[in-house]
Amino acid sequence: MHELSIVSSIVDTVTESLEAYPGARVKEVRLRVGALASVVRESLDFCYGIATEGTPLEGSILVVNVLPVVMHCEPCGQDVELDTLQSFRCPRCGEPCYDLRQGRELEIEAIEIDEVDAVEEKK
Amino acid sequence: MTTRIVELRRGILKKNDELAAGLRDRYTAAGVLVLNLVSSPGTGKTAFLEWTLRELKARGARVAALVGDLETDNDARRLASSGAPVRQINTHGICHLDAEMIGKHLEDWAGAELGGLDYLFIENVGNLVCPSSYDLGEKIRVALLSVTEGEDKPLKYPTMFNSADAAVITKVDIAEPCAFDRETALKNINEIRPGIRIFETSAKTGAGMEEWLGYLEEQRALRG
Repeated sequence: MHELSIVSSIVDTVTESLEAYPGARVKEVRLRVGALASVVRESLDFCYGIATEGTPLEGSILVVNVLPVVMHCEPCGQDVELDTLQSFRCPRCGEPCYDLRQGRELEIEAIEIDEVDAVEEKK
Repeated sequence: MTTRIVELRRGILKKNDELAAGLRDRYTAAGVLVLNLVSSPGTGKTAFLEWTLRELKARGARVAALVGDLETDNDARRLASSGAPVRQINTHGICHLDAEMIGKHLEDWAGAELGGLDYLFIENVGNLVCPSSYDLGEKIRVALLSVTEGEDKPLKYPTMFNSADAAVITKVDIAEPCAFDRETALKNINEIRPGIRIFETSAKTGAGMEEWLGYLEEQRALRG
């Protein structure tokens, strides 16, 4: 249960990146989360609501894009996507895979913001 | 109002990853082999580590340990009986150790300066989920599993076992009364982390410990 620290880090990073867009409100935060990242979606949402209160992220939507585990299969000579986390074997040839190529990601991909237009600001 | 999409592409645990990379450089420069021990609460990490520290020390190795728990310094006191320098890290509710805590506790540690050590062991908070996300700069992550826990633990916590460099089965002296299915356990660990080195040990009888110490010495020698 380290979702609260993850969410706090999201709030910090996003708030920091908003410095370039004064007065902007965040509508959406898009994450890329690997299937092996040990993040529970429900806990993330729960913590997100609490941690964003009173910040420019308040009321924004958290979009989580889950990335499947991709391993490199030596015998097949190519990257293969696993459809289960119960066996790290190549789904094509059945041989064990040793080389993880994707699945541990935990990153903020992008944010969608409402920017205050220069004209609007003058009013 | 104008809606705009801003690409960030920022790692959420970037700060920890950067601190861990700094620690890794320090460990390498000091020539100390650092291991991070992870398991559920009650697997026997402390007993296993106590034995390891004592034996390595008896062989003339310079060892030290950092131990993480939410509260109490019970584990540090147990480990200190080995004669090795030990520091307790109390996380006060946090479910894992992170690189910042390690960095902080390595400061002003008289008698355990990195340059004067051969091995540094970090006993993580008992938890099979969160510690897997936090790099501590270690060279070797060791996942432990006791015979009382059930053979399917690796399947239930694939992230932890998949990120481990070595696996240790503890308490093998009571495998029989626990109806521990050894073959299935070994198979499950191998399904999640193919080819991983597995040690079957008992801190009570010393079973498998010789092989484990051999592995440590071999890994240390690899570091030149």
